[in-house]
Amino acid sequence: MSLRRPAKDQPENFEFNASSLEAANVIVAKYPEGKQQSAVMALLYIAQKQNNNWIPLAAMKYIAKFLDMPYIKVYEVATFYTMYNLAPVGKYFVQVCTTTPCMIRGANKLVEACKEKISEKECELSKDKSCSWMEVECLGACVNAPMMQINDDYYEDLDKQKTLDILDKILNGEIPKPGSYRGRVNNEPENNRKTLMDLKNA
Amino acid sequence: MLKDKDRIFQNLYNDKGSDVSSSQERGDWVNTKEITNKGRDWIINEIKESQLRGRGGAGFPTGLKWSFAPKEVGSRPHYLVINGDESEPGTCKDRDILRFEPHKLIEGCLIASYAVQAHVCYIYIRGEYFVDGQKLQAAIDEAYEKKLLGKNAAGTGWDLDIYIHYGAGAYICGEETALLESLEGKKGQPRLKPPFPALIGLYGCPTIINNVETIAVVPTILRRGAKWFASLGREKNTGTKIFCISGNVNNPCNVEEEMSIPLKELIEVHAGGVIGGWENLQAVIPGGSSMPLIPKERCETLKMDFDACVEEKSGLGTAGIVVINKDQDIIKCMARIARFYKHESCGQCTPCREGSGWMWRMLERMAKGDATKDEVDMLGDVTNQIAGHTICAFGEGSSWPVQGLLRHFKKEIEKRNNLDPIVQKKNNIPYLVDQHLLDKKNA
Repeated sequence: MSLRRPAKDQPENFEFNASSLEAANVIVAKYPEGKQQSAVMALLYIAQKQNNNWIPLAAMKYIAKFLDMPYIKVYEVATFYTMYNLAPVGKYFVQVCTTTPCMIRGANKLVEACKEKISEKECELSKDKSCSWMEVECLGACVNAPMMQINDDYYEDLDKQKTLDILDKILNGEIPKPGSYRGRVNNEPENNRKTLMDLKNA
Repeated sequence: MLKDKDRIFQNLYNDKGSDVSSSQERGDWVNTKEITNKGRDWIINEIKESQLRGRGGAGFPTGLKWSFAPKEVGSRPHYLVINGDESEPGTCKDRDILRFEPHKLIEGCLIASYAVQAHVCYIYIRGEYFVDGQKLQAAIDEAYEKKLLGKNAAGTGWDLDIYIHYGAGAYICGEETALLESLEGKKGQPRLKPPFPALIGLYGCPTIINNVETIAVVPTILRRGAKWFASLGREKNTGTKIFCISGNVNNPCNVEEEMSIPLKELIEVHAGGVIGGWENLQAVIPGGSSMPLIPKERCETLKMDFDACVEEKSGLGTAGIVVINKDQDIIKCMARIARFYKHESCGQCTPCREGSGWMWRMLERMAKGDATKDEVDMLGDVTNQIAGHTICAFGEGSSWPVQGLLRHFKKEIEKRNNLDPIVQKKNNIPYLVDQHLLDKKNA
């Protein structure tokens, strides 16, 4: 299990804004009547997005009321799943995969780059508070290792220099292009494709 | 090598688009109505005859699973749930289906829903695949627009709604009952079985749960016939499979190949060979991190299918092949996998919650050479205490890789860890905590 702690400084109130409210109602409609609790995970995402990438306790209370369920049940979900940030992570949240398939292709170099550019320790905000990084478990892009995720996007086939360049960009407020950084097409074997040849470049 | 015309996922590398019209060019949605008109029994029988086995890791026969759904719909509705919580280290095949072949999946959902009499289908996608999930959502929206979903979907007379549900970074939700818990808005801790989900699943209703790849190959099987599918691979290990080859190879890639293809061919032909040459190979994890590794000597002849891998005391799992060459420290590699399991244990069963961390700490010490002689056996003992003593298969998943390491690389560990036990006086005392935590003086 992983250790998860809510932030010390918590805002007092939280409420969905108009667009969040609309999105939340669309989600609740996906589930059968009386089973609105199923929407809790999606609603936590909406709260996280609205609240600058993290979920305050007030938001959990708000969602509990919204879905007519006990607050502790929402808290339980928010602390169980690791993608819910319980403390501020900055506008750009960098997650470096360091599980074995990435590790043996040099994920530690990516971690070094993050330490140099963002902050010495993981889960610590950069100087300008815009960015933080952490090591995460397998992100499911193993044939594109080593890789990292920044907010929703995957950056694949990296090395230290490429990571440094990407981090420079986000620290300047630019969003670099996601995908492979060795210029290969998706998950095909680089320069070595032997299958589906008649479709290639068709 | 499998002929290109026998490959099911023609758009695996996104050479063409993933929209409805380009999918139709590849044969999707062409005669869905004709297929469903042949009836439920025909569909389930055909899938049984094709000998399709689940692609999510356990390899359970899909036709058999579908036949467990109640024949008549009672007071409770039936559900179809698609497991796209792909989180097994080494595996990234479902992601490519979600983003490049979404219509194979959606059409498969329609046919499977018809076969098990479900009107609602939930696709559970891991939260990290948000962007890929959005691509699938776009495909679903397009399918609604073209009347391929919704009321009288694709003219089959069957009503079907498909919804996407995102996970949030919990590996355990790939376990089918944990996934159902998560769908119900709870923390993802597996349920006791029985009752099996086919009778009591989502919201207590009959639920069939299948992997993304399993469902995505269904339409093609029904179109080309069970005989065609069964002619590929070998008995009980039929058809094609997407292999993900990662790690120390020159060209890591996803590739669809015939079942029972030799591992060496996959690595040498498709993945451009091991970095440093075949002689530099140390070991291969054949089916995602849960499966015990296989050392080089055995890799020479290993055929990649369910039964052949089991004969090597490993498993095909999800077919996520992780190649480890001799430049890597094998103990460190396994220690990292143990850390993964320590992080992902849901904490429900004590042997797993405590044991996964214990194995990780021991392996970390063993990688550094800080462990004592007797800890090697203790490590084996801990794995045996976990496997088979937990609610779900996570216990096996976390202890098998360690058992594999002990089976094939015990000498390596013993060579590095030659310290005498810290507790010398009574070395047969029962251990309750890590032995290194015991104070020397008081022992």
